[in-house]
Amino acid sequence: MHFLVFIKQVPDAAQVRVDYETGTLIREGVPAIINPYDKHAIEAAVRLKKEFGGKVSVICMGPPMAEEALKEAMSMGADNAYLLSDRVFAGSDTLATSYALWAGAKKIIQEQGPVDIFFAGKQAIDGDTAQTGPGIATRFDVPLITYVVEIKKVDPEARKIQVVRLIESGQETVEAPLPCFLTVEEELNTLSYAPLPYLIRAARTPVILLNSKNTEIDVSQCGLKNSPTKVKKAFTPPKRERGEMLEGDSIDAILNTLYEKIEPVLKEMGKVQ
Amino acid sequence: MIKQDISKYKHIWVFIEYEGDEVARVSFELLSKARELAKDLGCEVHAFTVGEKVSQFADQVFKYGAKKFYIIEDPILKDYITEPYRDAITYLIDKYKPEIVLIGATTLGRDLAGTIATTLKTGLTADTTGLDIDPKTKNLLMTRPTFGGNLMATIFCPDNRPQMSTSRPGVYKAVEAPVKGEIIREKYAFDKSKYTKRIIEKIIEEGEKVNLGFYDIIVSGGFGMGSKENFKLVQELAEVLGGTWAASRKAVQAGWAPQTRQVGQTGQTVHPKIYIACGISGAIQHQAGMKSSEIIIAINKDPDAPIFEIATYGIVGDVLEVLPKMIELFKKKLGKA
Repeated sequence: MHFLVFIKQVPDAAQVRVDYETGTLIREGVPAIINPYDKHAIEAAVRLKKEFGGKVSVICMGPPMAEEALKEAMSMGADNAYLLSDRVFAGSDTLATSYALWAGAKKIIQEQGPVDIFFAGKQAIDGDTAQTGPGIATRFDVPLITYVVEIKKVDPEARKIQVVRLIESGQETVEAPLPCFLTVEEELNTLSYAPLPYLIRAARTPVILLNSKNTEIDVSQCGLKNSPTKVKKAFTPPKRERGEMLEGDSIDAILNTLYEKIEPVLKEMGKVQ
Repeated sequence: MIKQDISKYKHIWVFIEYEGDEVARVSFELLSKARELAKDLGCEVHAFTVGEKVSQFADQVFKYGAKKFYIIEDPILKDYITEPYRDAITYLIDKYKPEIVLIGATTLGRDLAGTIATTLKTGLTADTTGLDIDPKTKNLLMTRPTFGGNLMATIFCPDNRPQMSTSRPGVYKAVEAPVKGEIIREKYAFDKSKYTKRIIEKIIEEGEKVNLGFYDIIVSGGFGMGSKENFKLVQELAEVLGGTWAASRKAVQAGWAPQTRQVGQTGQTVHPKIYIACGISGAIQHQAGMKSSEIIIAINKDPDAPIFEIATYGIVGDVLEVLPKMIELFKKKLGKA
């Protein structure tokens, strides 16, 4: 079977801080990582490869430094890694990104054969849109299954898959034919440690570069200029002022102070007379 | 990018999400917000949905000001499945050409919106928390948090229609404004052989569905509560105050509270009058869901916990000692002893 995983290299959002003086993000020293949800997508694909045989391909769109993310994906067990990198992609919104990744994936299919299961993380932690995966699935016209937390059954003969996904009110089990497109939650699996043979292969296997020259891609659908959505402005949210730390000789004393402070609000709400 | 004749597009459409017989509250919130936007644009607010039987929601959507309710009813739409829903909805949008389409940023809404926007080749802005009309261009300005709430971005979609946005639940107030509306029924010729995905089993999680956005006092517990048993203190305080209780992601992951009560970036966004954070350290992802509360009271052992950075009133102490005394005090003061 052939598994294709879409990954993104992101700044570790948990370490990004705001400079309130300048109103910008402080990104210096913030490590670039594989989007955490995508790692679980790689893990899932590698486990299925171990069970059913086949290979795992990985694609990442981004600047040249994203090669690092692809090397890491190979150390996790991916067999082929493709970097889709070109200036024409700069500033792409989710519609243009899903177009470019779709074009890149078609090139991988030409080289590596048809895909049985497409994987992506449920969303990236920098943009948080959760749109690129569904966009690519739509362009391939394959069934889309988002928020996957468990892969119950894969039947390569009957060409069917059963997965559990989150819904607003709980969970549901869905059956879909192959090929299909899964976007996954972190709960799907626990990441394994990279075994030595994978590390060696990752070091030896070059990342394959895809760009607008060697891929059939319509550049009039790429980049900032050809993205339907534009950023009007970016700003840091107003900082909430640090309030007051309540102190006193005892918890009772502190709580009495608190009560005095909020009594007017409770009155206004009709909670107290 | 394909340039469209955008002048053909008019009116604001709001997707009506439902589970069983109940309309999701976010749909009413969006209808209410859409009425404000419609005033600025000089257009109407319309509702739309698809399903096996959806006409019974008409009275409710008219109560929130939708002048028209576009529906497609078909047995194939009994359960939510991405592809037939997408095809039916893109058919409606293609035919009636709304200028703006608003969808709740729920798991269903986010699943649906991305595939619709890709099919229509238009722009989509996810998870917005602010919607305005640009007074000059009349474009929709969609503001959303990124980088885990560290940065806000205002996005617009100047040359493509409809302008699409998924909006976070709990951001706008649902306000009734009854009108006499009209149901418009459409048919879509489904190619049934195309839809090969099916739902085998649905498990509705224990516990009622909670709309935290509905309450003006929320008592929320975090990992510092220590156990599911201790969460009873959070629940009791909420009850005494006549509010509701909630939890941080860590507490939900520990199994002390259901996901339906989670506040934060991956949970609900709330802005009550009073938010009491008990044993919550206040990671940026949690803050993203509650920092617009009017008064934040934080109780935490660690004086350096980030929650104190945004708290109106901070109490350094063990929640397990503070909460019982707090319950006692409010019982007395609120005449519930």
